[in-house]
Amino acid sequence: MLEETLKRIQAHKGVIGTIVVNAEGIPIRTTLDSSTTVQYAGLLHQLTMKARSTVRDIDPQNDLTFLRIRSKKHEIMVAPDKEYLLIVIQNPSEYLLPQ
Amino acid sequence: MEIVYVYTKKRSEFGRQCNFSDKPAELHVDILPDPSLTDNFIDRDPCDVAIQCTQEMSEHEVNTERFDCEPCGINHVEGGWPKDVNSQEMEQTIRYRKKVEKDENYVNTLMQLGSHMEHCIRQNNTIDIYQEYFEEEEIVEEMEGQPSAKTVNVFRDPNEVKRTATSLSWHPDGSCKLAVAYSSMEFQKVTKDMSYDSYIWDLENTNKPEMTLKPVSPLVCLEYNPKDSHILIGGSYNGQIAYWDTRKGSQPVEMSAVEHSHRDPVYKVIWLQSKTGTDSFSASTDGQVLWWDIRKMSEPTERLVLDPSKKGNLDNALGAFSLEFETTMPTKFMVGTEQGVVVSCNRKAKTPAEKIVCTYSGHYGPIYALQRNPFFPKNFLTVADWTARIWSEDIRDSSIMWTKYHMAYLSDGCWSPARPSVFFTVKMDGTLDIWDFLFKQNDPTLSLKVCDEALYSLRVQDNGRFLGCGSQLGTATLLEISSGLCTLQKNEKALATAMFERETKREKILEACHREMRLKERSRSEQSKEDEAKDGEAEESAEELVACAEREFYEVVEAEMKKRGKDDKKEKEKYERKLGKTVSNENIFMFTDYLNTSSQEF
Repeated sequence: MLEETLKRIQAHKGVIGTIVVNAEGIPIRTTLDSSTTVQYAGLLHQLTMKARSTVRDIDPQNDLTFLRIRSKKHEIMVAPDKEYLLIVIQNPSEYLLPQ
Repeated sequence: MEIVYVYTKKRSEFGRQCNFSDKPAELHVDILPDPSLTDNFIDRDPCDVAIQCTQEMSEHEVNTERFDCEPCGINHVEGGWPKDVNSQEMEQTIRYRKKVEKDENYVNTLMQLGSHMEHCIRQNNTIDIYQEYFEEEEIVEEMEGQPSAKTVNVFRDPNEVKRTATSLSWHPDGSCKLAVAYSSMEFQKVTKDMSYDSYIWDLENTNKPEMTLKPVSPLVCLEYNPKDSHILIGGSYNGQIAYWDTRKGSQPVEMSAVEHSHRDPVYKVIWLQSKTGTDSFSASTDGQVLWWDIRKMSEPTERLVLDPSKKGNLDNALGAFSLEFETTMPTKFMVGTEQGVVVSCNRKAKTPAEKIVCTYSGHYGPIYALQRNPFFPKNFLTVADWTARIWSEDIRDSSIMWTKYHMAYLSDGCWSPARPSVFFTVKMDGTLDIWDFLFKQNDPTLSLKVCDEALYSLRVQDNGRFLGCGSQLGTATLLEISSGLCTLQKNEKALATAMFERETKREKILEACHREMRLKERSRSEQSKEDEAKDGEAEESAEELVACAEREFYEVVEAEMKKRGKDDKKEKEKYERKLGKTVSNENIFMFTDYLNTSSQEF
């Protein structure tokens, strides 16, 4: 069931890679190569923590549900949870390639 | 009480060195306290003294040592693995991973996150949430409300004795500097302590001019060289031309020789377009237009006498007040004269007689400004007496468009370089008018009172957004106009062309009609002359003509006054009805005056 979900996510149009990171920053599951994975895992983990603390500082009853970073080349989407982090890198659409 | 110590010295001892010697202390003066003086003072009771019990602090400044920052990237190394797992060993890491994956929490969490993530992925694939709509369409900016202009900066003449700012010139690139020429245009009002200097102002600094130009005689006009922004040429009050190089200092680099210069103040000097970028020409009320090459200022390269009878007779010549030169038409130029006539000349003519091509008359006073429309070079603007007129080159007898007669003399004007239908004029009562004849023809689109004294000069910057006006007391005001007045509206060129053509056609038709009428009259008078050959009606003498003219004038004035009287009465009745009571005549007078000055009547 889980495998299917993850495979389906990877199979979507434009998805470049998927990474699952745990609370310690260890990449549990990845479709990218090791060094890229490690980089994404380390950096995005910190960023997500920061984003979450920002949201909660502004309103303690609020919490971060999703983080999307759109850059020139692609979009990094992070779905955070208490213990794990699901990271997907997607190229939004073919007709929107770098302008 | 004076304390005086007197000593005597023999004359022969004067000048000797001082011999010092020790002496015991001597009491010279002993002033004892005088209790009677206390009567001059009053005891202050109670005494109000402020005391504060605080720590004494002194201000210290500390500048910490700056720490050097250097950006550098981080290369992450895998970490976070629990102690018992060696991250290098593949087996151990895989085993660990598999263990985590079996965790129930993991599965549930990931399912949830997965569905959330899928939603976003699909969203991305469906639409581009950052797409810009209507990108290809031009952003049509509506005119932001009313056209407006506001004063940005005011540059005052730093000297005590104020002179008129007679000419302004913008720096050719960047337009961060403004050169202003100061001189006193009133006849023989120059005092000994009036300074001759002209200044170059930096737009940011209004306190002190950036540079001073020190001519031999006050400058009436000043122009930056469009090709070389360090060179300026100025025409002075005594008729000489001088040029400056801002890198070389305040003194002119070279001045024209007095014998070969103009004999009257030089009212306008313009740079010509040439390969060397050193040619210019100047005009003055002595009737001459002289061409100069700044490398050799000892005598002009060419000379033209504005004699309408084309004989080169200086006595007959018209005094030149303004010059016009358009770089797209380098062989033609126009001169505006004191007599109200615009003379169009051809530079390349072989004989002086052919130089003057044609004249345009229609003004009653000296032509202070003359400029071709930058978008439609065939049409030019003249500003003189109480009106501003737009002419077409083809029609010689009259202008094709003109403004109404104002209450104050117009002193300068120019087209906007950004919009073909906008031009600016300044008046002697200190107002600046901005005209947009596609918007309104009867009145200026915007009329601003810049200052209380008369405005003498005006210059628009090349982007059409800023303009500088110079006043009688030497104040140069920098104004910024709203973007609606300096951005080209769509269709504007077409509409302006259509308007110019229409007016030109109208004038042509009128001219044709006049010509026909004149022909008819002439043929009729010729016929009548043949019939009554000997009927010599004595020509009316000059006095009779004058008397006749006076009579007509007074009749017109009386008619106007009667009309005004009637209007006054009407206004009075209206006002009374409003108030419901009768009003004294005085009040009515003030009321109607207010009405009259607020636009409608003229």
